[in-house]
Amino acid sequence: MNKIANRQVICEVLMDKAKEDKDIVVLCSDSRGSASLAPFAEAFPEQFVEVGIAEQNLVSIAAGLAKCGKKAFAASPASFVSTRSYEQAKIDCAYSNTNVTLIGISGGVSYGALGMSHHSAQDIAAMSAIPNMRVYLPSDRFQTKHLMEALLQDEKPAYIRVGRNPVEDVYYEEYCPFEMDKATVVMEGTDVAIVACGEMVKPAVDAAKLLKEEGISATVVDMYCVKPLDQDTIVKAAESARLVVTVEEHAPMGGLGSMVSQVVGSQCPKTVINMALPDAPVITGTSREVFDYYGLNAEGIVKIIKENI
Amino acid sequence: MGNLKELSYKLRKDVVDMIVEGKGGHIGGDMSAMDILVELYFEQMNISPENMDAPDRDRFIMSKGHSVEALYTVLAEKGFFPIEQVIKEFSKFGSQFIGHPNNKLPGIEMNSGSLGHGLPVSVGMALAGKMDKKDYRVYTVMGDGELAEGSVWEGTMAGNQYKLDNLCAIVDRNRLQISGNTEDVMGHDDLVQRFSSFGWHVISIDGNNYTELKKAFEEARETKGKPTVIIANTIKGCGSSVMENKANWHHKVPNAEEYAQIIKDFQIRKEAAANE
Ligand SMILES: Cc1ncc(C[n+]2csc(CCOP(=O)(O)OP(=O)(O)O)c2C)c(N)n1
Ligand SMILES: [Mg+2]
Repeated sequence: MNKIANRQVICEVLMDKAKEDKDIVVLCSDSRGSASLAPFAEAFPEQFVEVGIAEQNLVSIAAGLAKCGKKAFAASPASFVSTRSYEQAKIDCAYSNTNVTLIGISGGVSYGALGMSHHSAQDIAAMSAIPNMRVYLPSDRFQTKHLMEALLQDEKPAYIRVGRNPVEDVYYEEYCPFEMDKATVVMEGTDVAIVACGEMVKPAVDAAKLLKEEGISATVVDMYCVKPLDQDTIVKAAESARLVVTVEEHAPMGGLGSMVSQVVGSQCPKTVINMALPDAPVITGTSREVFDYYGLNAEGIVKIIKENI
Repeated sequence: MGNLKELSYKLRKDVVDMIVEGKGGHIGGDMSAMDILVELYFEQMNISPENMDAPDRDRFIMSKGHSVEALYTVLAEKGFFPIEQVIKEFSKFGSQFIGHPNNKLPGIEMNSGSLGHGLPVSVGMALAGKMDKKDYRVYTVMGDGELAEGSVWEGTMAGNQYKLDNLCAIVDRNRLQISGNTEDVMGHDDLVQRFSSFGWHVISIDGNNYTELKKAFEEARETKGKPTVIIANTIKGCGSSVMENKANWHHKVPNAEEYAQIIKDFQIRKEAAANE
């Protein structure tokens, strides 16, 4: 089982690049420990800005730095950096088009028993609704590395969400196909298309393997780029399938499921089932317990598909 | 009046048991805020399971919601729910006792967890009290790291604007937050001066001392025409040298050895308190 969390990979990539590129600046809001960015703060004190517990300040300061030529990476729990600093993200990052990457750590229900204040089940909807904001939910550590390297190449605002704990690998060190803003088709099939993002990709792949044993062939699309959504890949996967299923660690409104349904509904109409967290504070528990309770696991995905195909 | 200091060590032990059982919690801030909560709930506020829905009850908001474990022990001691249940269920699957205040539970007015909400919400509650000509008082406890949130200062301005002398904010000034010393992370310099310049009455005390706490709350009650903030200078992890003034005890779970030492320290201080 992989022991390296995606947040740790983000720190490694930033440290690697910050050596040569002095314009890379990391900002934290009493979040360097939770973001695994303490080593960055230690190694690059001149390229690190601490703002204290002040997420709105965090995002606006990042935008100001970016406007003056810095490549700003602002890292804070996803729940706060998405909705607490929402207007700062909208105006100072997206509208003013500044080179700010917002890193939402401990996303989704990573904070388990800490409750709804600490869960980010609205971030996809909130961030995606902002023009010029891009939204990424990488599925494993290898993809996180590729994504970070790609984001370091461009100068546009973006929001990335990663979870708190290490996730099982979807790809391999030697084999992690990645094209920026193109979804990765992890498996190809003909009966059902499963579109997932973030930590839900791995259970989707496991579900596809279980389905195969039962004679149901599934396509699995890793839609790490929730925005800009890779519509072509969705349509291609949906066209050959009898059913489309989306899986996400997010509220049922305005997330990946809503977006995929819009695309399928308008371009190749067929049934789309959205698997997501409920429209309610989630049950108390670890993220694993929460996923299992709401059927957001391989067995749950298999069950939904068998019931509906 | 019983010996509140003695009681506080019993409650501190309940907190530690809860955190060990639930495998998580914000222990350092629970310990620093404990005496403030005990003084408020057992001496200052008219709040109990019997009057929890009465329009005239005093209101309390735990703005630094991560110290919910300390709040649970005080509410349990007041009879809102059994402490055994809290310790057994805290943070477990399906539990009502989560890691931040939730108002599905009796005795909790508002949900918190995201820092910087408690003071502005308290301003609203105090304002409602003025509108309705009620004489309840509103109390909120904030962390000192929390004061970096701009919303705190927006609330501070509003408290002054509306002359909310029924509002009393308490800052748990333990000088630590997750990343280290507050003054290194985002310094506050002189908090007395800061709040004074916003028009508030400011009282600076030893926040782990019951004589000083009592006096401060009385002074706040007598202060008219402006809100009061009590800068409660506390010790994060107060109660055991294992945790005291150590930033990494913000949310550490004690191991068996640390647990034994902590409980021993509590016991010694509890006995000393009994003889005071
Ligand atoms: C808006 C918001 N940002 C970040 C956090 C994460 N967080 C929880 S506790 C904490 C440190 C709090 O420090 P302080 O206010 O000094 O509290 P205390 O020392 O009393 O525990 C942080 C950053 C949060 N709960 N809310
Ligand atoms: Mg503090």
